[in-house]
Amino acid sequence: MIPQTPTEVTGPASTGSRATRVLGLLALVALGVLVLFGLILSPADASQGESVRIMYVHVPSATVAYIGCFLTTLGSIIYLWRKSRWWELVAYAGAEVATLFTVITLVTGMLWGRPTWGVYWVWDARLTSTAMLLLLLLGYLAVRRLPADYEVRAKRAAIVGLLLVPNVMIVRKSVDWWRTLHQKPTLLSNGLDSKIEGLMLFSLFTGFIAISLVFGWLIVHRFRLAWLEEQVESEGLDIAIAERRAEALIGEVAP
Amino acid sequence: MIRDALLVAGKDLRLEWRSRVALNQVAPFALLVLVLFAFALDPDRGLLEKATPGLYWVAVLFSGLLALQRSFSIESADGNRDALRLSGLDPAGIFLGKVMAVGLQLLALEVLLGIGVAVLYTTPITGWILLLVTAMVATVAIAAAGTLYGVVAAGLRVRETLLPLLLLPVLAPVLIGSTRAFEAALGGTPSEGWPWVGLMGVIAVLYIVAGVFGFGPLMEES
Repeated sequence: MIPQTPTEVTGPASTGSRATRVLGLLALVALGVLVLFGLILSPADASQGESVRIMYVHVPSATVAYIGCFLTTLGSIIYLWRKSRWWELVAYAGAEVATLFTVITLVTGMLWGRPTWGVYWVWDARLTSTAMLLLLLLGYLAVRRLPADYEVRAKRAAIVGLLLVPNVMIVRKSVDWWRTLHQKPTLLSNGLDSKIEGLMLFSLFTGFIAISLVFGWLIVHRFRLAWLEEQVESEGLDIAIAERRAEALIGEVAP
Repeated sequence: MIRDALLVAGKDLRLEWRSRVALNQVAPFALLVLVLFAFALDPDRGLLEKATPGLYWVAVLFSGLLALQRSFSIESADGNRDALRLSGLDPAGIFLGKVMAVGLQLLALEVLLGIGVAVLYTTPITGWILLLVTAMVATVAIAAAGTLYGVVAAGLRVRETLLPLLLLPVLAPVLIGSTRAFEAALGGTPSEGWPWVGLMGVIAVLYIVAGVFGFGPLMEES
């Protein structure tokens, strides 16, 4: 992604292109491989049982959700700095896709928690800060989707987006402290270490690749869609003005 | 910048003093929240006293939201936003002035609520130094973040619903920090509270810096 000044921006003409069709195909194949390894070939975990398979989606989703947040803050900074509409839309696409993957992270986490801990929700540091991340992202999207002019929406959303990553970090830190004062964070600390069995590690690896490809595909398409929407909005106004003019002219000819 | 800040703060506080909205509506609302908590939690079982730090700060946040909404609704009437922009005042000064005015109102609210919990919840007050420093730092953080997000939401039809959605998640660390610090002070272990004061100090500085630099661009647009 090369930063572009508004004058030299040339946007996409449609949401599909040969490159993204290949990307989409790769994502589908990777998802198929993930299903094969995650659900069939990899063994059940000794302590977690079958529910360990949720992790092959859960952990990569959480990772790409964070990447989406960084894209939003990066795009917001560049938009505020260079007034690049391209980057503003990258920020928007990043936030929307990050929201989706945060929801997937939370839902898969709860589905994993029910058989493992016996409850859908505990006030664990990671769960709590992920829930707060979702709320912060929803706040950004609420501003970005304001019923107002593009400039107003974009600038205000960029300020919120600029503060997104700092806020996530502060919330994370405070929630960590808040919980560790009461209990040690033991629940989710058995993540990646060398004790993971080979096939399970490979399944997790496949999960990272598949989810990253889906993430990339979604970001590109969301960006293109947002770009085309902005085009339609500005062109739609021109067309509407032209139509009203034409109507007025007809009205004058035949009263 | 400082002179402009004092001018804006003076203007806002004079407006509040003359309109009496903070006094006649926000302060009674804060007390009402305290009474509602007593209805929600059985007052006879000592729950209120145990939960005092959390209830106190939730009450501060909710009534503080009203004060913040008010701070921006007085600017939206009669094209005041444009007038403020044309006045030649430094945007950073306007931001700091708004923060000062909101902060002073919050401090007044906090004193009132403090008396309220001491009397209504019969909470014994200990650890004065930590309580006062926590209140000061938390107030600066709430006022700075609130003013910054307040201007993001200002001048829009959806202002009333947007500001809480934006602001409350951001202030969650302040709520956690101030509540823990108060618990430490009231529980007689002040040393546990000071790291939280530090965290809130970081938040306060972050939002003041973001506001000083971000207020100009936000004021520029229509």
